[in-house]
Order: sequence, then structure tokens, then C-alpha cells
Amino acid sequence: MNERIEKAYEHRPKDWIWHLTIAVVVVFLMLWSAGSMETSGTTTNGGRMALNILKGIVNPDRGLLFNLTMQGVPYLLLETICIAFMGTVVGAIFSIPLAFLSASNLTPKPVAFIGRILIMAIRTVPAFVYGLMFIRVTGPGPFAGLMTMSLTSIGMVSKMYIEAIEDLDTKILESLDAMGLGTWQKIRYGILPQLMPNFASTAIYRFDINLRDATVLGLVGAGGIGAPLIFAMNAYRWNEAGSILIGLVVLVLIVEWISTRIRVKLTRG
Amino acid sequence: MSIYDKLFPPKVYKLSGGKEVSQKRSRAPIYVILVLAMSILSIKVTAFNPTTLVARGNQFFVILGKMFPPNTGYFGSIVDPILDTIKMSLLGSAIGSILCVPFAMLASTNVCKNRVVVTLMRLIFSIIRTLPTLVSALIATFIFGLGTIAGTTAIAVFSFSYIGKILYEEIETVDMGAFEAMEAMGATRTQAFISSIVPQVLPSFLSNSLYNFEGNVRYAAVLGYVGAGGIGLILNEQLGWREYPNVGMILVVLFVTVFCIESVSRWARKKLV
Repeated sequence: MNERIEKAYEHRPKDWIWHLTIAVVVVFLMLWSAGSMETSGTTTNGGRMALNILKGIVNPDRGLLFNLTMQGVPYLLLETICIAFMGTVVGAIFSIPLAFLSASNLTPKPVAFIGRILIMAIRTVPAFVYGLMFIRVTGPGPFAGLMTMSLTSIGMVSKMYIEAIEDLDTKILESLDAMGLGTWQKIRYGILPQLMPNFASTAIYRFDINLRDATVLGLVGAGGIGAPLIFAMNAYRWNEAGSILIGLVVLVLIVEWISTRIRVKLTRG
Repeated sequence: MSIYDKLFPPKVYKLSGGKEVSQKRSRAPIYVILVLAMSILSIKVTAFNPTTLVARGNQFFVILGKMFPPNTGYFGSIVDPILDTIKMSLLGSAIGSILCVPFAMLASTNVCKNRVVVTLMRLIFSIIRTLPTLVSALIATFIFGLGTIAGTTAIAVFSFSYIGKILYEEIETVDMGAFEAMEAMGATRTQAFISSIVPQVLPSFLSNSLYNFEGNVRYAAVLGYVGAGGIGLILNEQLGWREYPNVGMILVVLFVTVFCIESVSRWARKKLV
């Protein structure tokens, strides 16, 4: 038994040089990164700060949490949901033509390549830059936030759509062809049933992400729950920040739970 | 039989053999109505207005137009911040991905038999994951002061929850035969974990960590906005001064960096899996 094990060990691929190289590179990268860590140095009362934050989050401002006016957490959350929802819808709609243009099995290579570069460029620009640009169009408020969300959604959503389109089973189209179906019938019975669950699932997933990322919009005044949260934090009003955070976390967890269930149902058919 | 099927009875087809087949009515109307209702509510709340968009849409391209041509002379001032951003994401991703391993072990039902611990760990992962990165970065700047440490911490916290969740899901789908055999031979749980489960989850763990790192470079660009260091800091500054050609240059550099990192990491991930 032991002999056999030893023999098996001897026959293991000898790639320790490769592993060592990777290890050295990784360690070097870590040291290189750690070397330039810096702080402006208010570390002395950092611990007290952390304690205060924790205290605030444990004792949230209940008045704000259950306040049903426009300034209360419920309304802000509703506004955030609406921004994320409409942003996802608009983004998903814009993604469809972009994805079809960039799918390498449908369009010629150069067009598809340009489409992909464009999608990557859209993905790279940080959300608050778009926010500032849209504020010029719509003025500050949730409308600008919605447009920002839709533009940032395009990047990821169209990437997933392209994958779905490239995975299309073309044999089905051939058999529909053989049955004598027209173009629209082929789209209706051959392409839509293949793409719809995937598209819907991607959109729902993106809605999740948008809801979580909506805080960024508050930075530039593009609506949603971000602005009150960041104001509260910058003013060290931890009770307020705590109540907003609790509302947000609970909402995102609920939405995530629902959306996972829907997506599981969609993929299983 | 659900209420929906009672309201709209299934369509019955009579086949030539005399057998009856029923097809359930499509659920699509419910979904359409739900989405429409939600859209109307959203349009009301956010004051979404397509006519404004068409009428003033060109304003969007004003800033974009000013960014071109990008100011190439500004490149020198971008190198350091972009390197900071990369370092922040690298270190943050590494710390987060390594730290989450023991917690992910405790959060998977097949390794940890204690239901309370599993539920608690999962709850912690979910709560941390829902915490916006911006908020954790802001909190980190309060604790560690302005600078790259705050950004690194925020990225580490996010990576911790993100990789942790994927990892415990991965561990749960692993083949437990080897683990049980190791335990039967007298190995401790940790030893069995290291030699039977780790080899199974390692490739996908590394692949996910790389993917997470890619995403974090992009994310880290936002962190500078709250003073957590990196490229976001100068991006915010230049936007504030309305130096749009410089902003254009920053975005171009960011794009090229992200593109390179994504290409390398995609290559590495293909080799892994």
C-alpha cells in the first residue's frame, strides 16, 4: 500500500518551479502594495470612533425609521427602489440592440469588436461621473439617478446578453425553417423562448446590484437614499445613519431573497 | 391547482386518439401587469420624463465633448494615483479572500454540523455584503484617517463577504467521499479539509478571487470620492475644477488599466479552470 502511494507521489507532475514563480510574484505584488499604504493619521481616536458608530447603528433613530413623510426612511427607500427599478428597465431595453450588435455570431467581427469596446468603455466610467453629466440634462434629483443607473447597468447587462445570444441553439432555427416558418415566427418560437428566461434573470440580478449601488448616486445629488446617509455620516449623526443603514440592509436582503427565488424558477423553467 | 388556474382554466386539446391534453394558461399577463404597475409607480416617484431627455439630451454630450481631446500632458500626475488604486484593490482583495476562508468553512453545512453557527455566519456574510462599499469606505476613513488604508479596508471588507459567499456555496457542492475517508483514517476536521476539500475548491476559489480583483479596480475608482485614496481622489478634484480634458485623460488611463488587468486575469482564469 505504502509503496504504491510513494510511486504515485513520484509520478506527480514536477511543476514546483512554476508554482514557486507564481508564489514569488504574488508575494512581491503584496509587498509592493503594502509598501505604499498611507494614512493622514487620525488613528489615535479611531477606536473611539468605531465604538460610536457601532453604538449609533445599534440604537437607530426610530423616529426616522418609521417616519412616513418625504424625509422618512420608508419614502427614501421607495425612491431608491424606483430609481433602481426604472434604471434597470431602461438599461435592459438599451442593452438589447447593443448586445445583438456585439454578438460575434450574428454581426461581422469588426462591428462586434467595436461594440464590445464601447460596452467596456461604458462599464469603466465611474457612476458619479455619469451622475454629474446627467444632472446637466435633467437637473438634480431622482431622474438623473435613474438615467445614471440605466447607463451603468448597460455595461454588465449587455455583456451577459451577448453571452446568451452567442449560446443560442441554431439547430432549433433550422428545424423551424424546415417546418416552413417565416422570420417573425422563427423569432417568436425559436429565439424568444431561448433568450427570455436568461434576459429576465439578468435584469433581475442587475436590479439587485443597482439597489445596492444606489447609495453612490447620493454623492452627486442624483436622488435616492445615498445623500441623507452620507450627510448623516459626515455630521457624525450615527443614530440617523444607523436607521438608514438598517432600512437599506433589510430591504436589500428581502429583495435579494425574492429575486434569487424568481431566478431559480426562471432557470429551471 | 393554484387560484390562477381556477380563474383561467387550462386550455384543453382533444387529440385524434380521443385523449385530452390540457395546457396551462400563460402566466405572462401577471408579470406584465406587475412590471407595468411598478414602472408607473417608478415614473411617478422619479419624475421620469422622456421628452426632457430628448429635448435636453445633447447636454449630456457637452461634458463628454469637452473631455476630448484628453489632456495627455496630465498623464504624469495620474500614474501615482492609478498605481495606488491597483495596490489598494490588490491588497484589499487578497486580505479579504484569505480572511474569509475559515468563516466560509464555518458557514457550509457539510463541514460545520452546528446549525446555529452556520446560520450566524451566513447572516454575517449577507449583512456585510449588503453594506454599500461607499459606506464601509467612509467608516474606514473615520477610523483610519484619509488615505489608501481606508480604501484597502473597504475593499477587503467587500471581498470578504463576496468571496466568502461564493466559497461556502462551492464547499457545499463538493464531493464529501474523500473528506469522510480522511476522517475515518483519523485525521482531524481541519486536516481533512485541507487535503480533501481544498484541492477541489482551490481552482474556482482562485478564479473568483481574480474576478473579484478585476471588479475591485473598477470599484476603487469610486472610493476616492470619500477620501479613501486612489484615482477617485484626483478624478473628483478635476471634476470639481471642471478640468474636463484632464478628466478625459483619467478616464482613458482607467480604461486602459482595467482592460489590461481584465485581459491578464481572464488569461489566468482560463488556465485555472
